[in-house]
Amino acid sequence: MVIGILGVQGAVREHEQILRTLGVETVVVKSVTDLDGIDGLVLPGGESTTMRRLIDRYGLLDVLRSKVTTLPMFGTCAGMILLASELNEGPAHLQAIPMKVRRNAFGRQVDSFETMLAVEGVGQDVEAVFIRAPYVEQVGEGVRVLAKAEDAIVTVETDLHLACSFHPELTTDSRLHHYFIQKINQSRSISV
Amino acid sequence: MMERQQGSDRVKRGMAEMQKGGVIMDVVNAEQAKIAEAAGAVAVMALERVPSDIRRDGGVARMADPLITEEVLQAVSIPVMAKCRIGHIVEARILESMGADFIDESEVLTPADEEYHLLKSAFTVPFVCGARDLGEAARRIAEGAAMIRTKGEPGTGNVVEAVRHMRKIQAQLNQILHSPADEVMTRAKEWGAPYEVLQQIQAAGRLPVVNFAAGGIATPADAALMMHLGADGVFVGSGIFKSEHPERVAKAIVEAVTYKDDFERIAHLSKGLGTAMKGIDVTSMPFEERMAPRGW
Repeated sequence: MVIGILGVQGAVREHEQILRTLGVETVVVKSVTDLDGIDGLVLPGGESTTMRRLIDRYGLLDVLRSKVTTLPMFGTCAGMILLASELNEGPAHLQAIPMKVRRNAFGRQVDSFETMLAVEGVGQDVEAVFIRAPYVEQVGEGVRVLAKAEDAIVTVETDLHLACSFHPELTTDSRLHHYFIQKINQSRSISV
Repeated sequence: MMERQQGSDRVKRGMAEMQKGGVIMDVVNAEQAKIAEAAGAVAVMALERVPSDIRRDGGVARMADPLITEEVLQAVSIPVMAKCRIGHIVEARILESMGADFIDESEVLTPADEEYHLLKSAFTVPFVCGARDLGEAARRIAEGAAMIRTKGEPGTGNVVEAVRHMRKIQAQLNQILHSPADEVMTRAKEWGAPYEVLQQIQAAGRLPVVNFAAGGIATPADAALMMHLGADGVFVGSGIFKSEHPERVAKAIVEAVTYKDDFERIAHLSKGLGTAMKGIDVTSMPFEERMAPRGW
């Protein structure tokens, strides 16, 4: 299995390391040709505005949008923002998951925090680091809520995709990545 | 009730990790901040004057007027950093209270304390500090800095000092990574580096925080050069808004950092950018005018 990591900016190396410890081959995606032959795509934490500018400039946006119905994607923090169909302000990006996401929803950096979360299907004590994090305000059809922090939705999935507000890549907890790999395997067996 | 832990090392250092592969730009007002955000900056540094103007004007350089910081905080959705003087506890607390996302305890401003740096671990907001070598970087990390940058020689448009500092840090990192454990204490003594930080570096195989390049970066090629030398990202000060075409230079520097190995692309995006900032030859500069030796 080969998983791509969108590599224009952000916590690329951390996702690479976790995926490799899970025995997965990784490729850093910076241009359209890097998408060939990957089984899934991770959209890492970073600055969503910056990622979007670079995706736009190099023609990645249209190609990624055309793949959202077939290529499993896992977005963390900024990645969740990229996957949303609607944002509280500004135009949406890949529109892979029908949900409305609020950027910087927990406040500025001084409000950033870490905690333990129960994530359905993943574990009761998932280490979650929230950094200027977004949350999901509304979910559309086919979206399942897997975790909440206080009252805010912070982890969701569809049959194909997975998104969380926090940064599993900043921890040694690899269960969410493992869960994503299982989702890729399931989507393959369905499509075959 | 969920237990929230704010201001932990992981939350502060993690914030810096999210900036990797990006460009942080100096801005002096909301308009410049918006140009920087539109160009793809990962953060902006709110200042009253860019370093080249600080040099020109002389006198004491302090934290920016809170009105400027506030204006920038309201103008953009990307993180906003701000500078305080070395050792100025109250300037730092003011910036923290205003919601600055990161504070640069910076030698670009006139130091408030020539002996002591801030105890940065006492703050909730993360800090970035300048360093000329690994010893200095390790001292700042031990005080709680969540991000390191080279000092370079700010406001000169001359990359030579940033290169010198990055080379030195990388060489010392390599040395420590290849030293047997019984040699680490001697390196700690030689470099004035806290022993525990050197041990952490050995265990992790890298610095425990990200290391950006700063000080004298003026062109897309300069920015890409610093990435080739091992920088995790780049700060650009006077280089953008002191150039002839700030918007184009800002965009070009962002792309040069992302595609640091694609030289054809860097050539293309460097074309016709107009005059870069004029620049100063650092070797001809009197020692007392240099900013890098500020702090220790």
